[in-house]
Order: sequence, then C-alpha cells, then structure tokens
Amino acid sequence: MFTYILYGLAGGGLILSFIKDRQKTKKSLIKAWKAFENIMPQFLAVLVVIGLALAILSPETITKLLGNESGVWGLLFTSVLGAVTLIPAFVAFPLAAALLHSGAGYMQIAAFVSSLTMVGVITMPLEIKTFGKKATLLRNAFAFVFSLISALIIGVIFK
Amino acid sequence: MKKFLKRYWMFLALLAANIIIGLLLPEIGLKSIEITKKNALEMLSILPPIFILLGLLDVWVERETMIKYMGKGSGMKGILIAFLIGSAAAGPLYASFPLASVMLKKGSSIFNIFIFVGAWSATKIPMLTFEAASLGLPFMLIRLGISIVGIFIIAILMNRSLKEEDKVELYDINNKSGEVQ
Repeated sequence: MFTYILYGLAGGGLILSFIKDRQKTKKSLIKAWKAFENIMPQFLAVLVVIGLALAILSPETITKLLGNESGVWGLLFTSVLGAVTLIPAFVAFPLAAALLHSGAGYMQIAAFVSSLTMVGVITMPLEIKTFGKKATLLRNAFAFVFSLISALIIGVIFK
Repeated sequence: MKKFLKRYWMFLALLAANIIIGLLLPEIGLKSIEITKKNALEMLSILPPIFILLGLLDVWVERETMIKYMGKGSGMKGILIAFLIGSAAAGPLYASFPLASVMLKKGSSIFNIFIFVGAWSATKIPMLTFEAASLGLPFMLIRLGISIVGIFIIAILMNRSLKEEDKVELYDINNKSGEVQ
C-alpha cells in the first residue's frame, strides 16, 4: 500500500514537473539515477552481508545480542556502532529492518538509526572546517545523547 | 569494466564468499542466497520512486534564493526555511557542511544553522519514506516526532553553549575560507 502511494507521488510529481519545466525534469531524473547508482555498490554488498548473517546467526542469538533483554549494553553497542560507521541511511535501513525482524529490539535499532544519521565521528575533520572544534564536539555530543534518549522513548512505546 | 570491478569489488567478493560457503555448507549457502534475493527484490521495488522524489526535491527547492531570507532577525520564517532546506536535502550529513558554510557567510544566525543541520540529519523526506517502507510507518512517525523536538533542543543548547567569541570565530572561519560552493 505504502509503496503504491510512493509510486503515485513520484509519478504525479514527475508529470507536474514535466509540464512546468522539461529541462529541470530531465536534470532531476539524471540526479535521481546518479544518487541511485551511487549507493548501489554498498547497497548490494550490505544485502549479501544481511543474507549471510541471518543464515548463520539464529534469531535467538540476535535476540540475545540486540533484543529487548540486551538492555543498556545492546543500546550502547548499537548507538556507538551508529556513531562511528559511515554508511548511507538507504543502506542502513534494510539492515535495521532485517535485524528487527530477526529479534532485535526497537530501542536498539532506533539508537542505531538515530546516531548513524545525526552523529558523525569519522566526518568530524570535515565538520571542524566549517564549525570549528568546539561547536563540532558539542554538536556531536548533544546528538549522541539525544539519540540515546530518543531510543529510550521508542523502546518504551514499542514494548 | 575496470571501473565496474573497482566499485563493486566488495559486493562481488561477498558474493564469491557466499558461493564458497554454499559449496561447503549447502544449507547455510542456500538459505543466505534466498534471504538476499528476497531482500533485494523488496528493497529495489521501493527505491525507484524514492529516488525520483529525491531528484525532484533537489532540483525544485532553490536553496540559494532561500538562504537570502534566513539572516539574523528573520524570526519564525528563517527557522522554517532552515528546516525546509534541510528536509528537502539529498545526501549524507557531511554534504550539509559546505551549504552551512555558505549560510554563515550570508549571515544566517547560529540557531538557524543548527536547525538546518539537524533537519538535514534527521528529517530528510526521501530518507523518511524509505524508513517508513522498511521499518514501518509508526516507527518512522514516532522517531520523526521525537527528532523534531530534539533538533530544536540541540539548536537551543548549541546557541547557549557557544560564547560570543566562539560565534565570532565561527563566522570568521567561513568568511576566510573564501570558496563559495
């Protein structure tokens, strides 16, 4: 259902855009294709990793490591993992979904997604060039604490 | 061909590893290929409209004209524009820094800058649609609601923790860098 709505939105948007400005529509399609092709190598690699991991690890093991019972350690593990990795959200969501369906907890997955998108340890040198050291460290620290709080709230709601 | 191999070597290596595992342990190998196939088909059917939306947003939301309207004293309007530019964005968080630099040069307030960076990191529309498709609409909506509150809290905290001289330095860094991207 949701997928159909997405196709409807994209189709409608394209038609509207085409009527208003053909050149811009062409540009946006090229941009869309480039962005799509850009994530493909990582995207496909992660899909194979998910397949292998889920074939080897039993849902029980995943539940034990990242499930609701994993508590604070599971939460800290996933949020630190999200903070130090540099993968596009488009690549991370299939991974998060697969883990969730195999027994990981909502709280742990939310921590991973939030810290992945808001905290960037690896990209800090780039950030420092724009914001300076103090602001960069502060922003990442606030964002990390926030992703923990956000995950805790989600953990309570989805219990 | 060489370029293709260079970009996809990781995927191809993993695929080869999967086949080798399949030869040694047929049960695990077959199961993993089945899971991969199922996931790939599911995800690839969702992605095309999301990327079309991403392209449309990127081309039609004119950032440069909007940045003019978000200087100091731009009030609610400035905050909304900062949020909108961040949400309509494409690309990872670090891609927002050059744009933030342009905003600083044009006199955006520190508060608006961190609203923009926050929106870019947590409320990008194409990303949210994919999140809803893979993790469920309730999960996406609740996380979004919490994130919007969080973005404002972080922007307020940043604005308060940076002293006047820190802010002056922040503008200085970006005025000196010279390159407009």
